[in-house]
Amino acid sequence: MCLAVPMKVIEIDGPIAQVEESGVRREARVDLIDGVKVGDYVIVHAGVAIDRLDPEEAEKTLRLFEEMLGRTQDGRS
Amino acid sequence: MEGLNELKSPNLIRQLAEQLKHMVAPPAALMEVCGTHTVAIARYGLREALPEGVRLISGPGCPVCVTPQDQIDLFIALGSVENVTLATFGDMVRVPGTTKSLEQARAEGADVLVVYSPMDAVEAAARRPKQEVVFFGIGFETTAPAVAVAMLEAERRGIGNFSVLCAHKLIPPAMAALLDSDVKVDGFICPGHVSVIIGSDAYRPVADRGKPCVVTGFEPADVLGAVRMLLEQLAQGRSEVECEYARAVRPAGNPMAQELLARVFRAADARWRGLGTIPGSGYELSSGFAGFDAARKFDIDPPRSEEPAGCRCGDVLRGAIDPPECPLFGEACVPRAPVGSCMVSTEGACQAWYRYRRAE
Amino acid sequence: MSEDRVLLAHGDGGELMAELIERVFVARLGTGDPPGDDSARVALGQDVSSCPTRMVFTTDGFVVDPIFFPGGDIGKLAVCGTVNDLAAGGARPLALSASFILEEGLLISDLERVVESMARTALDVGVRVVCGDTKVVPRGGADKVYITTSGVGAVPEGIDVSGARARSGDVVIVSGTVGDHGLAVLSVREGLEFESPIESDCAPLSEMVTKLLEAGPSVRVLRDPTRGGLATALNEIARQSSVEIEIDEAAVPVRGSVGAACELLGLDPLYAANEGKMILVTPAETAETILEALHAHPYGVEAAIIGAVVSSERPRVLLKTALGTHRILDRHVGEQLPRIC
Repeated sequence: MCLAVPMKVIEIDGPIAQVEESGVRREARVDLIDGVKVGDYVIVHAGVAIDRLDPEEAEKTLRLFEEMLGRTQDGRS
Repeated sequence: MEGLNELKSPNLIRQLAEQLKHMVAPPAALMEVCGTHTVAIARYGLREALPEGVRLISGPGCPVCVTPQDQIDLFIALGSVENVTLATFGDMVRVPGTTKSLEQARAEGADVLVVYSPMDAVEAAARRPKQEVVFFGIGFETTAPAVAVAMLEAERRGIGNFSVLCAHKLIPPAMAALLDSDVKVDGFICPGHVSVIIGSDAYRPVADRGKPCVVTGFEPADVLGAVRMLLEQLAQGRSEVECEYARAVRPAGNPMAQELLARVFRAADARWRGLGTIPGSGYELSSGFAGFDAARKFDIDPPRSEEPAGCRCGDVLRGAIDPPECPLFGEACVPRAPVGSCMVSTEGACQAWYRYRRAE
Repeated sequence: MSEDRVLLAHGDGGELMAELIERVFVARLGTGDPPGDDSARVALGQDVSSCPTRMVFTTDGFVVDPIFFPGGDIGKLAVCGTVNDLAAGGARPLALSASFILEEGLLISDLERVVESMARTALDVGVRVVCGDTKVVPRGGADKVYITTSGVGAVPEGIDVSGARARSGDVVIVSGTVGDHGLAVLSVREGLEFESPIESDCAPLSEMVTKLLEAGPSVRVLRDPTRGGLATALNEIARQSSVEIEIDEAAVPVRGSVGAACELLGLDPLYAANEGKMILVTPAETAETILEALHAHPYGVEAAIIGAVVSSERPRVLLKTALGTHRILDRHVGEQLPRIC
């Protein structure tokens, strides 16, 4: 039920945006996010975009994991 | 989104799992408090990847499961009122109330509408002006904003035949109550989407009580990474709030959503199945939105509520036992004939353990 | 007839009903043989030696809502559903019957569209609807139209398919992507939109089955996974054959849009309905041949090996996850998606 899916904003009309992911399109309210733009990725839950998804942070998490895998437990790489 | 696709890579998942499994870690009990985490852990068999001595406990993170019996009974009873349409998330339909479930009520003639978003319930009210549409407002801080938006929309459009039976619950007070309980928890996997709204800083009080917190996403890689981060904190004697789900969660959360919540709701004491009454742990409608309160709008006697005999959902929800320790689990209580809500709800710990059970 | 909606009187067995049958049904489906009798004679073969010794008989009811959906409609579904059940028995379809429950107020143009679709599909398959029945119920007594089709088919010599025949060592194949029909119907109901809409995979598979049985007559099990999806059908086979089946989750073909829609709606494509797919269980040595035959057919281009029958110890279905662990895949439980088929 906390299902929330990352989707891309493709159109905005006032508080409502068309969002899309893998060819699925839905409507979502975007008025809880400041300055949302076409091209932004947002997390949609129960018809409402609850916040943006930051692609840079996604990359950082990936690098964090790569680093985690790269080092042994005592901190040596 | 490219980073996301890489996070889903089976290779990454396997490597993280391998590394975690061989980690030398202190024995620890880590608790998640989000139904979506419960399912992700069960579905991907992530317990297989835990180092020896480390346990993952499921806490009160299933919104359907923590809703107390009397609120469920009240909602079902509203279905017998003339011209009422009950609107609810799908999960609620099969939950057994004291005398019947919504599914059974529907078979007896109640008008039950399953919706994926509270806005759908508002639209239904707009389309059927002679029906009173009552939406069951369950869910945590992730869902409450959507319900708030729906009420604002109903207000804006002058839709008077829409109301909400408000049963929302708040996670941080529940975590505090868990720390005061007899259940031993060494660290928390914090809910990703609740945290989008409330921010990772919301868990500082828990960390200050000596329990590491990691705000976690929902991909298997997210959970594996977060467990490792928690175990590293424990090994190093730290108890901090870390954010594994930084791509979606900010320290202060979503201020606009928080402002909306403060406008439409106010915190109140709330009863949780399994945890009893926790101060300030639920929402009721603020005075400006009292007109939407279904509990006030309809004058019906609250029905007599009873927990099902032998059901140990309460103990499962507070993490005191794992589902298989309930004597009813898998025998008298199975998905096709559930006794308690933990087996009915798709995010319930019992259903997750049962459906995704391992082949020994 | 100037009326454009079905009236109660259309069901009373009198003149109005005769007119409706002529105008809507006979005009598209033809008549039985002899025309006008209450039952139809079905020719089984040209000469005695080709007379089949094994017949298959099946029936199915169709109550899908909405009656028109991307990729099909209730009429096409009613023909495909029964034809596919016959095909799953290894049979060549010989004849179908169709009985209609019509709701008072149904637009006749909608009914004509549905019957037209049935006629076209039947023609594609090379089978005829040779007998039928029509009843009308008052408004609210049904939802637009319900159709029940029954079918008879003949099983060629040397073919023996049954849910009980799976054996340890056999390979499990699915003829294409799963979940398309269930999601197509649900998307319409939930008002989901797509760049290109998810289409139902509703298709008659008798020809595909004939071709693949010619290429590999040793196929042991054929099953069309309708309501309850792939997972439920696999469980049925496991139970009937008393075997353990292991499926690799990553190997099950799912369209990107179907997967995304499932995530959005909280559904699992393994449990969503299909109306144009077959599960096949076949001896390992014939798997590649069967796969080739499937890939060569328009309805089988995305066929894939998804698992194997691993033992006869106890009947169950296991799913191998991304982590390499195995979990139990149960039959479907609970309402989830009403009126999908």
